[in-house]
Amino acid sequence: MAKNERIKSEEVFREDYERISKKNKAKPEYFKNAVMAFLVGGTICTLGQLIKNIIIGWGTPEQDAALITTIVLVFLGSSLTAFGIYDMIGRHAGAGSIVPITGFANSIVSCAVDFKTEGPVFGLGAKMFTIAGPVIVYATVSSWIFGLIYYLWGVIF
Amino acid sequence: MAKRLKGRTYILEGDVSIEQTASVVGPFEGEGPLGKYFDVVNEDDLMDEKSYESAESGMLKNSIELLMKKASVNEEETDVIIGGDLLNQITATTFAVRDFAIPYWGIYNACATYTLGLQIASLGIDSGAFKKAIVTASSHFSTSERQYRSPLELGTQNPATSQRTVTGAGSCLVASGGGGPYINDFTIGSVTDLGQCDPYNMGSAMAPAAVKTLIEHFANTKTDLKDYDLVLTGDLANEGLNIAKELLEEYGYPGENITDCGKLIYDDSVQYVNNGGSGAGCCANVFNGFIYKLMKEKRINTLLFVATGALLSTTSSQQSNSIPCIAHAVTITNERRKYNV
Amino acid sequence: MFEEYLWAFVIGGALCLIAQIIMDLTKLVSGEILVIYVVAGVVLSALGIYEYLVDLGGCGATVPLTGFGYTLVKGTMTAVDERGLIGVFTGGLTAAAGGIGSAVVFGYIFSLIGRAKTKY
Repeated sequence: MAKNERIKSEEVFREDYERISKKNKAKPEYFKNAVMAFLVGGTICTLGQLIKNIIIGWGTPEQDAALITTIVLVFLGSSLTAFGIYDMIGRHAGAGSIVPITGFANSIVSCAVDFKTEGPVFGLGAKMFTIAGPVIVYATVSSWIFGLIYYLWGVIF
Repeated sequence: MAKRLKGRTYILEGDVSIEQTASVVGPFEGEGPLGKYFDVVNEDDLMDEKSYESAESGMLKNSIELLMKKASVNEEETDVIIGGDLLNQITATTFAVRDFAIPYWGIYNACATYTLGLQIASLGIDSGAFKKAIVTASSHFSTSERQYRSPLELGTQNPATSQRTVTGAGSCLVASGGGGPYINDFTIGSVTDLGQCDPYNMGSAMAPAAVKTLIEHFANTKTDLKDYDLVLTGDLANEGLNIAKELLEEYGYPGENITDCGKLIYDDSVQYVNNGGSGAGCCANVFNGFIYKLMKEKRINTLLFVATGALLSTTSSQQSNSIPCIAHAVTITNERRKYNV
Repeated sequence: MFEEYLWAFVIGGALCLIAQIIMDLTKLVSGEILVIYVVAGVVLSALGIYEYLVDLGGCGATVPLTGFGYTLVKGTMTAVDERGLIGVFTGGLTAAAGGIGSAVVFGYIFSLIGRAKTKY
């Protein structure tokens, strides 16, 4: 294009933009992110295993021990969120701190704390489930579908 | 009276100068490379308010008060406040200006709000209607994060392409006559949407809007990138600036005298900002705090200021719409300039 | 004993690693990843695959959100066996009650204490 002319074709401009923007796109640090996610995620799970083994050591049945482990981890995730530590871990760990159950707790507390300013009912109470709500919805629905198939399977065969 | 030069570029007939500026920022911006240039660096970005929204309003109010004090004008002399921010229904600005006995025009063009404000103010003054007008814009990291992205305490990584919203409010006083720097002419941008729909990659989405407005401006004024001491884009950040540079080069405007407010405000090697800064307060503060001072010292004499805005909402992006973008250009010079077109 | 912890680390880490790769390659955000993981957990458990991971990894498989799906499936199976059709509706949430209940209660208490602070 000669100097001091306007862009004539939106089409060509779009193509040029797509080519150049693709080339310039900022890339995540794949390797570093993956390593951090693995290490932090692994550490949280190992911590869970340690808690579970300690509780079993006290003579608790395995199934209850698993539940107590979950509750303890949720407690840890919630408290670290409330004291502003979990988001700092999450910045480096990425999925390593999202996927464990502590991340689920983080999603609840972070929403609740954030929307406290909008009041106890429609702020804290309602917004608490902004991220955790869909998780519960899809978990319930998918397990219901599974249950129905499992039930029908039992009836038919 | 302002005249149409050609196309969508308008030139002001009388002298309209930016008489005084004020910049108020948050602590993180104060730590950045431009920290020492800002008038006020707040230590806490909640500023003893109950919510971040109130804090943003407070910051904007501070910047207007500071501006009026620095320029020694009173409410009576000021004809209008023109300004906006990024919050829904631009509440931050409205709540800030309710304490002033000055008429108010609330405007919204996302991060391009500030140059839009300059255009409207200069039109009003050049028409003879106004003598003095305040142009203001603000943004706050925490309010934007809450409204557009995720809760503050959520442990997530922002994508590498994302930008950090600047906490800051910048105001300037535009007045007739005065000793400059002058608003010489401006180009009104049109909405550009090339189908980019990633709300975490706004610099890239806005780059074509900036390029389109720049090319329109260059064509209308028969100028080149090199005819300006500096071309300052607003909030494209590193990635968007590179895209804009390469596009401009392909369209016949190579040059290195172009930089971006989102790139200048943070030091991305030390600060966790991914791609750079964004937000209506970003270009307002970089211009008011830093570039304006350089112009006053005559280190920059001709500036082409192109702020860009991504005009999306959370609803539009959840419905997978692409991002419509806009860019408004304003030529600011120490000496009035005429074009032969 | 050591081996148990090692497997918990490796399986748990690997599940997080997969999620990280998905997030870096796509535009999915954390909430979507959580939903995908829960549903994936339900599907894998329904197919009987996840059982092996739990046997091998222990908490490495139950602590990530896929394990939440696994808990729901196990609960549904028990409830359907005991109560038939009613169990289809009650099983999942009954099994998940501990996790959800604690998350809501601790979430409520800690959000009264906490304050949303700007990230630096």
